[in-house]
Amino acid sequence: MVDECMVKSASQGISAGCGIRVVSGERTGYAYTDDLSAERILHAARTAALIASGPAKTPTVGFQQKAARSLYPVTLPSVDAEITAKVELVMRADSAARSYDARIKEVRASYADELRHILIVTSDGTFAEDSQPLARMNVSCIAKAEPLSGRGSSGGGGRVALDFFFGEKTPEYFAKEAARQSILQLDAREAPAGEMEVVLGPGWPGVLLHEAVGHGLEADFNRKKTSAFAGLVGRRVASEKCTVVDNGTMPWRRGSLNVDDEGQPTQETVLIENGILKGYLSDKLSSKLMGIADTGNGRRESYEHIPMPRMTNTYMLAGEDNPEDIIRSVKHGVYAVNFGGGQVDITNGKFVFSASEAYMIEDGRITAPIRGATLIGNGPDVLTRVSMVGNDLKLDEGVGTCGKDGQAVPVGVGIPTIKVDRLTVGGTAKKDPGGFMQ
Amino acid sequence: MANTTVETAIPRVETDLRELAQDMVRRAMAGGATAAEAVVREGDEFSTAVRLGQVETLKESGSRAIGIRVFFGKRAASTYSSDFSPEGLDRMLKSALELSKITSEDPFGGIPEADQLGSLSGELDLYHEDVYSLPGAERIDYARRAEQAALDFDPRIKNSEGGSFDAATGHKVLANSHGFVGEYRRSYCSVAAIPIAQDEQGGMQRDYWFSVARNLGRLEPAEQVGRIAAERTIRRLGARKAKTAQVPIIFDPMVAGSILEHIFEGVNGDSVYRGASFLAGKLGHKIAGENVTVIDDGTIPGGFGTSPFDGEGIPTRRTLVIENGVLKSYLLNTYTARKLGLQSTANASRGLAGTPGIGPGNYFLQAGRKTPKEVIGEIKEGLYVTEFLGHGANLVTGDYSRGASGLWISGGELTYPVEEITVAGNLKDMFFNISEIANDLEFRGSVASPTLRIDGLTVGGA
Repeated sequence: MVDECMVKSASQGISAGCGIRVVSGERTGYAYTDDLSAERILHAARTAALIASGPAKTPTVGFQQKAARSLYPVTLPSVDAEITAKVELVMRADSAARSYDARIKEVRASYADELRHILIVTSDGTFAEDSQPLARMNVSCIAKAEPLSGRGSSGGGGRVALDFFFGEKTPEYFAKEAARQSILQLDAREAPAGEMEVVLGPGWPGVLLHEAVGHGLEADFNRKKTSAFAGLVGRRVASEKCTVVDNGTMPWRRGSLNVDDEGQPTQETVLIENGILKGYLSDKLSSKLMGIADTGNGRRESYEHIPMPRMTNTYMLAGEDNPEDIIRSVKHGVYAVNFGGGQVDITNGKFVFSASEAYMIEDGRITAPIRGATLIGNGPDVLTRVSMVGNDLKLDEGVGTCGKDGQAVPVGVGIPTIKVDRLTVGGTAKKDPGGFMQ
Repeated sequence: MANTTVETAIPRVETDLRELAQDMVRRAMAGGATAAEAVVREGDEFSTAVRLGQVETLKESGSRAIGIRVFFGKRAASTYSSDFSPEGLDRMLKSALELSKITSEDPFGGIPEADQLGSLSGELDLYHEDVYSLPGAERIDYARRAEQAALDFDPRIKNSEGGSFDAATGHKVLANSHGFVGEYRRSYCSVAAIPIAQDEQGGMQRDYWFSVARNLGRLEPAEQVGRIAAERTIRRLGARKAKTAQVPIIFDPMVAGSILEHIFEGVNGDSVYRGASFLAGKLGHKIAGENVTVIDDGTIPGGFGTSPFDGEGIPTRRTLVIENGVLKSYLLNTYTARKLGLQSTANASRGLAGTPGIGPGNYFLQAGRKTPKEVIGEIKEGLYVTEFLGHGANLVTGDYSRGASGLWISGGELTYPVEEITVAGNLKDMFFNISEIANDLEFRGSVASPTLRIDGLTVGGA
């Protein structure tokens, strides 16, 4: 990490372990060990097996390794690359951000990578292995023009090798973006409050889909009927312009996997097709108990964790509207192009996502930048209010991490420019949201 | 499930962790380091979840890892490993020494001065083996009873995310090249319930309640946890959107803690020296109302934020952060203290790798005199927030905007539930606009706040 123009810290580490899961009906026993001696692994297996009420009824069949895809064929994993090259990346980001504008006062740039080897063997005969590289750069800036201040951050990466940051997406690219956002915030005015038209820009605003529908469509919640989407397959949950997919097979992407953490190959799963709910994201347990296909979405943070249905790369397919026409169609609303995180209560369906870069739209024109504001909506009906879908689908830069039950996994999101006819914007301006109010 | 028993002890080849940590420090110094610090963590965890009366998961495991931080003059690096084999440890040491060659010289880097190191003496009441004493069946029963009490509370509670019982113990050893070596153990157990209620229209709501303690004896009865969870869930049924308005807002203790966390982020030395907080440079200034006094105290026996020494081996202490609205102290580790020309407040939090961060001890807002009922009773129209969604607070600008749900206050009483609304303002004003602090301070974690009233915020809704 570079901070105050210095490489202040460098760290690395190794962790390894073995987790054993025993499933008996709806019951799961789990134990893990970070000591890979046969004795300890056997002990973990016995501990996990305490859940079962008797010996397995189905015999273990011969193990089969399916032909593996190769979505991230890096020749030199970044963890093995020259460390001086990584230092160069963060130093370049630092100087690019500082030279962007004299009002940039603080810059922090970091680079991190990992290489994860997994091996999965299950009693249904699955035998799978994978090596999963993951690299990411981050830049954050603070701008000051007393008494005003602003912050911006940017980053990206994927299951890529180090050369990605020297070619496709350079440190300068991320640095300028973080700097631009922090400077922009200096001029931001109060955000409006209440329901209004909202246009989401392409790319990372796809976090809307992740929160509003993605989590609610994870099969575990639907098997237990604790999701607001339970029982809605075949029903309309979005306008007919909306088709939403989860796709774990996109080369090089942060959310992609050759096989999931249960050894099942990932796939492209249609969640919503022309507004109709088509299905759920499942893992082995859910697919077995619900009698649905395993979509290869069984994921876990590490060997210490029990797998569960999780998203991979979740996005909405491009539509036919021209993005400029979408903006032009709005009389008074908000155009949100960058977001921090989001959160959802899957049971009542309410979700939030926080805009970090947004503008007012007045009479079809983008006007002033506004302060950060949270947007809140209801998952099962927010997409029914999508009246325009742009032709400019974009995936995010590769920074997403999703948390569920205390487990963090890398994910991707994407969306074209869309218009939501009514969404609640959590600003502070009471009346005349376009005007100044103190 | 009658035959389910859970073994409580997992055999493990005993390693003297104290000796191991010191040995790593000695070897780093022999390898040319000018200062070194090693941390070893070992822990066991047990968890069980019961859903609709049936055991859903049982998990039991132990893990351990070691981390080392080395300095070559003013250059630093850190590495960690879960592999305790001689080769694993060699590799960890070697990488640390190599990595430190590529980092920059930082004049403020280094471990604490020798005379700052030490460990609180006396019984801190942090470790009780009884969290593991229950036989497996009784642990499961704890989870089952919590869930059942919730299901029995009201016929509208028809589903559940389950009841759970968790127990964990942790052992931490820290050693450094000034000859410091310290260790402590902490234990923890908890019981929780997450019921789901459904109204006649099919609308579902979920809420939760839990009890957490350092020993079993102090855990609230499972039935009580289940009942409170059910009450909290039922009162959300039929929630509607509120109108956009500026009204007084009451933060219940579960969400009031988040305001304290924002203050923490603002006085955290790391944000302060980078100017990433609007509270930077405000020592001695008034940053909140007269009634606001915030304390961080890592020494309270039995506390969830208590430890005998911080992540760098400095004895924990009590720090007055805000006194009657005046900012008295930042919260610092050694590095940020040096950057700011101050003394560490023993708030270093040390993970396995990387530079130490800053974490709270037992961090709280001093209670006021009125009961929460009295505070609510003074409000004609207002919002009682019981849950926030999202993390919309920006300590650089003070911008604050979060998703919320709770109950509408009318005529001094809690009336109908509300949801899908936002609460927005600016933290710079909010700290001054804490107009009431109730008397219900209770620790359910290391951060605690009584019920609060904050004026001048905007509710965004229909």
